[in-house]
Amino acid sequence: MGLLSLEPISGWGRHPVSRAAIERPETLRLPEGGDPVLPRGLGRSYGDAAIPATPGARVIETTRADRVLDFDAVAGTLTCEAGLSLAEILRVFLPRGWFPPVTPGTKFVTIGGCVACDVHGKNHHRVGSFGNFVERLVVQVADGRLITCGPTRERELFLATVGGMGLTGLITEVTLRLQPVESAWMRVDTEPVSGLDAMMDGLRDAAKDWPYTVGWIDCLAGGASLGRGLLIRGRHATREEAPARPPSEPWRVAVPFDAPEFLLNPVLMRLFNAAYYRVHTSRRARAAVPYQGFFYPLDAVADWNRLYGPRGFFQYQCVLPRSAGAVAVAALLERLGAAGAASFLAVIKDCGPEADAYLSFPLEGTTLALDLPYRGPQTEALVHELNAMVMSARGRVYLAKDAVTRAQDFASMVPRLGEWCRVRDRWDPERRFRSAQSVRVLGDRA
Amino acid sequence: MKAAVVGATRGMGRAVARLLAERGDTVVLLGRDAAELAISARDLSARGARGIIATGHLDLAEPSAFSAALDQADQASGGLDMLVVTAGDFAAHEALARDAERLRRLLDVNFTATAVLCQLAAERFAARGGGTVCAFSSVAGDRARRSNYLYGASKAGLSAFLDGLGLAYGNRNVRVTCVRPGFVKTGMTAGLPVPPFAGEPDAVARVVLRALDRGAPVVYTPPIWRWVMLPIRHLPRAIMRRIRF
Repeated sequence: MGLLSLEPISGWGRHPVSRAAIERPETLRLPEGGDPVLPRGLGRSYGDAAIPATPGARVIETTRADRVLDFDAVAGTLTCEAGLSLAEILRVFLPRGWFPPVTPGTKFVTIGGCVACDVHGKNHHRVGSFGNFVERLVVQVADGRLITCGPTRERELFLATVGGMGLTGLITEVTLRLQPVESAWMRVDTEPVSGLDAMMDGLRDAAKDWPYTVGWIDCLAGGASLGRGLLIRGRHATREEAPARPPSEPWRVAVPFDAPEFLLNPVLMRLFNAAYYRVHTSRRARAAVPYQGFFYPLDAVADWNRLYGPRGFFQYQCVLPRSAGAVAVAALLERLGAAGAASFLAVIKDCGPEADAYLSFPLEGTTLALDLPYRGPQTEALVHELNAMVMSARGRVYLAKDAVTRAQDFASMVPRLGEWCRVRDRWDPERRFRSAQSVRVLGDRA
Repeated sequence: MKAAVVGATRGMGRAVARLLAERGDTVVLLGRDAAELAISARDLSARGARGIIATGHLDLAEPSAFSAALDQADQASGGLDMLVVTAGDFAAHEALARDAERLRRLLDVNFTATAVLCQLAAERFAARGGGTVCAFSSVAGDRARRSNYLYGASKAGLSAFLDGLGLAYGNRNVRVTCVRPGFVKTGMTAGLPVPPFAGEPDAVARVVLRALDRGAPVVYTPPIWRWVMLPIRHLPRAIMRRIRF
């Protein structure tokens, strides 16, 4: 096919932007030769994780490799090519009673991406992250060999690939255990909480009885209201609780152009948050609701990332260990409030124990995620400041969201980075797999 | 329906086969690469296809084996009533222009072989009371352009053939659909600059299935290409000669 034309490329946050020679093969294989390459799925990581190390370098977008290779309808074990999306899994398998065991906040992600980021969801406190449900991976490593790995086979490569941000090889196949559900509906309980302590206590209490929990914090509310928000608890509705018909697929509205930045001024955002809080505190819902609204509220708006304007945004997500306590979480929220730079809402969630995968993000404690509209160096400086607070609390940031963390900071956040690097050395000594993020965070050559 | 799909392992053919299987049709995947066919057949079955899913060998470079391939597909499906040919050849214009052998191969696959196969199927369907023949041509066949007239000619020939086939077999209950995709983002077009109105295989497949269901003789997809091509088809030659298009 000759030379690939270069295309603009960015993460979901639309900053930074680079250019890449993007291949979209229907069968996942590394190109001949040893040129650097970076796998990419549906592009929902926010920062520079799926941007090539140098502008114009090669990216393999996996989305056309979306075949189901096997499905065991008794055990719910699915084997698929790595480009299959959660959206497609839900469309095909939910009517048959199967649901992803772990899902991030969008269904427009590939299974390969879920593995590479070791994504987590509202049920992390109960089941851990995505990698816990992966039985087998096929990875094409730098020298072209196809290696089958899993929890008991080539375990090191497996543990380095889960959460490894696509830097150990090209994931071509995934075998995954789905979870059985009785319906496509959710029983959801939403409760307003007045402050951060109540939120964190509420999350801890809810964890005992509810498989899915999450909090939404109005991060523009300060003072005594700091941490004010909604505590949301959910579980899959039983057959008896669910309406007879499956929920219809919601209409997706699109954002046709980049929103002007004046819409994101603090006054309007404060009003939005206050209104959002009031609407939800006035009706405490316990009804069965469609799964889409519970798991994927933002998927209803196609290209919602354009709402942050042409300069894009960062999503900042960190996790603080339980030992850091509510004080450390409060300090982060206060710093954000003082900067006046935060988004409509922050998401807060308690995490369960850390996974065995070396670079897996979650650890037992509290994770906080929020959007920061990009306003130039000041936004980057704010992230570094937040990172310093996270480091002193012995927490870490999530590479799937990250665009600016420094190498030395990341190294101090992730104690098992050395183990991961040794495994990577074994399979890809030349660093054929590298990204803009790995150049920044791991010191790979550009 | 009991459909045979040629080119079902990739691109638009993969998407068409999935939609057919999803609605319960019997689907026979015909192609060259047995391993790829098996993977695609498993994909359809694992996604919950209710009809029969089968595979068979068909190479568009071997027209002498078409009859046997259709026999095999008839046997596997219990009697086909639809043939969909999405497979085709494609190469950069410059490569075709300087390599006569490469050009001959493309013309053979896109026109000669596809026409022979569709003719055989139409005759077969007519003899048993009716059926549907569908082949993927291209908007490139609607008007010759200096930048891709070689590929375009292969598709223009195919479009003319399908038009005639539909006229000739209409009264014997054989419906013929000529699909004319514009630029669709598939493996075939990977690496080419993406023009406006580019389509996705899934959306194309949905348009094609609707067209097959209502027996449309010609379908443009994405549909806007009908209106894009309308003025281009009628541009005076003097203007075509002047514009770099």
